[in-house]
Amino acid sequence: MGDGERRMVFVTVGTTCFDALAKAVDSELVNEALLQKGYTHLLIQMGRGTYVPSKVTGNSTLQVDYFTFSPSIADYIREASLVISHAGSGSIFETLRLSKPLIVVVNEDLMDNHQSELAEELAERKHLFCAHPQTLQKTIEAMDLTALQPYVPGDAKPVVTLINKFFGFPVD
Amino acid sequence: MGLDVSMAVCYALPVLVSLLVVRFAYVKYCSGHPHLKLPASAAGMRCLIVLGSGGHTAEMVNVVSTLQKDRYTPRYYVAALTDNMSLQKARVYELSLVQREVDKEKAIENAQFVQIYRSREVGQSYFTSIATTLLATLHTMWIIIRIRPQVILCNGPGTCIPLCVSSFVLKVLGLGWSSIFYIESIARVKKLSLSGLMLYKLRIADQFFVQWPQLQKKYPRACYAGRLM
Repeated sequence: MGDGERRMVFVTVGTTCFDALAKAVDSELVNEALLQKGYTHLLIQMGRGTYVPSKVTGNSTLQVDYFTFSPSIADYIREASLVISHAGSGSIFETLRLSKPLIVVVNEDLMDNHQSELAEELAERKHLFCAHPQTLQKTIEAMDLTALQPYVPGDAKPVVTLINKFFGFPVD
Repeated sequence: MGLDVSMAVCYALPVLVSLLVVRFAYVKYCSGHPHLKLPASAAGMRCLIVLGSGGHTAEMVNVVSTLQKDRYTPRYYVAALTDNMSLQKARVYELSLVQREVDKEKAIENAQFVQIYRSREVGQSYFTSIATTLLATLHTMWIIIRIRPQVILCNGPGTCIPLCVSSFVLKVLGLGWSSIFYIESIARVKKLSLSGLMLYKLRIADQFFVQWPQLQKKYPRACYAGRLM
């Protein structure tokens, strides 16, 4: 790892309001953990959240920046060395498709928290790491990126074949 | 005179009710089988594709992009009135199918985009929900009558329930026939969504897919045919 290399951590909350995550990544302990792992930049997409992280610039420390929304999150994911995301399936599969290491942070304040199901299942299959806002620092410290398994994207063909069979269309 | 009318009603009502019951049983019996044998050169089936925010649309676009477009046409995309993104994504997809600029008009004939009232917005009061639910149900009925879809594809947003129930009611009344395909969202790993559970329990869907094998074990009438994402 050269001195001048930029290793960016991209944090995304999607269209939601997830202040607990913005606060967690903005904390000194998490910043320290990210620096220890060799990351140089932290970029936070804060959505509709009200918590405003503090911007930090300077060479000796982790550089922090933020914005609210962007029409194309994919560009930031592509640029990132690590993605920390809310548990929405959109951001999860977008990150996995771009083969970026991913930590999913589950929002415990959501009423119907079915979203954690997906993150936990994919974590069990070693496609990503799953954390809660208060365990994020530990997850970053303990994570071993080499343990992650690449995700093979799904395929709609079997479902469509069954629909075609239902109508008696010839299977091609 | 009044007696005659009430007598007539007394005789007609049981007959009508039993006719409906028989028809209901017949529709139930036919669910899971295609209604008509299609001729080999079918012109195409009217498709209703239900979209929704929170990942639903991305999954649905994956299904639609795999469908044989000549068989499943025209395509009517439906999304909630408050959901601006979903129809936009479908529009982008449909336009991407067309190579030449001059064909764009024709493409839009094959694909239409419909917005639907939601029965309840997040945080709406209980009292006004009654009126909006009624409005939403009537609106959905109207959409189903107008489009008379032969195929309905949905994967779980709340808007799919009134659409599926309306089309089922029309089937019972003999006003149309649509085959319903439900694919539970990939986000549901351990439990079905409320929409999924309702369609599963009421047996309204002709084919019911889940995207995780452990979910199929729990709901044996469901079919597991891999993941969409």
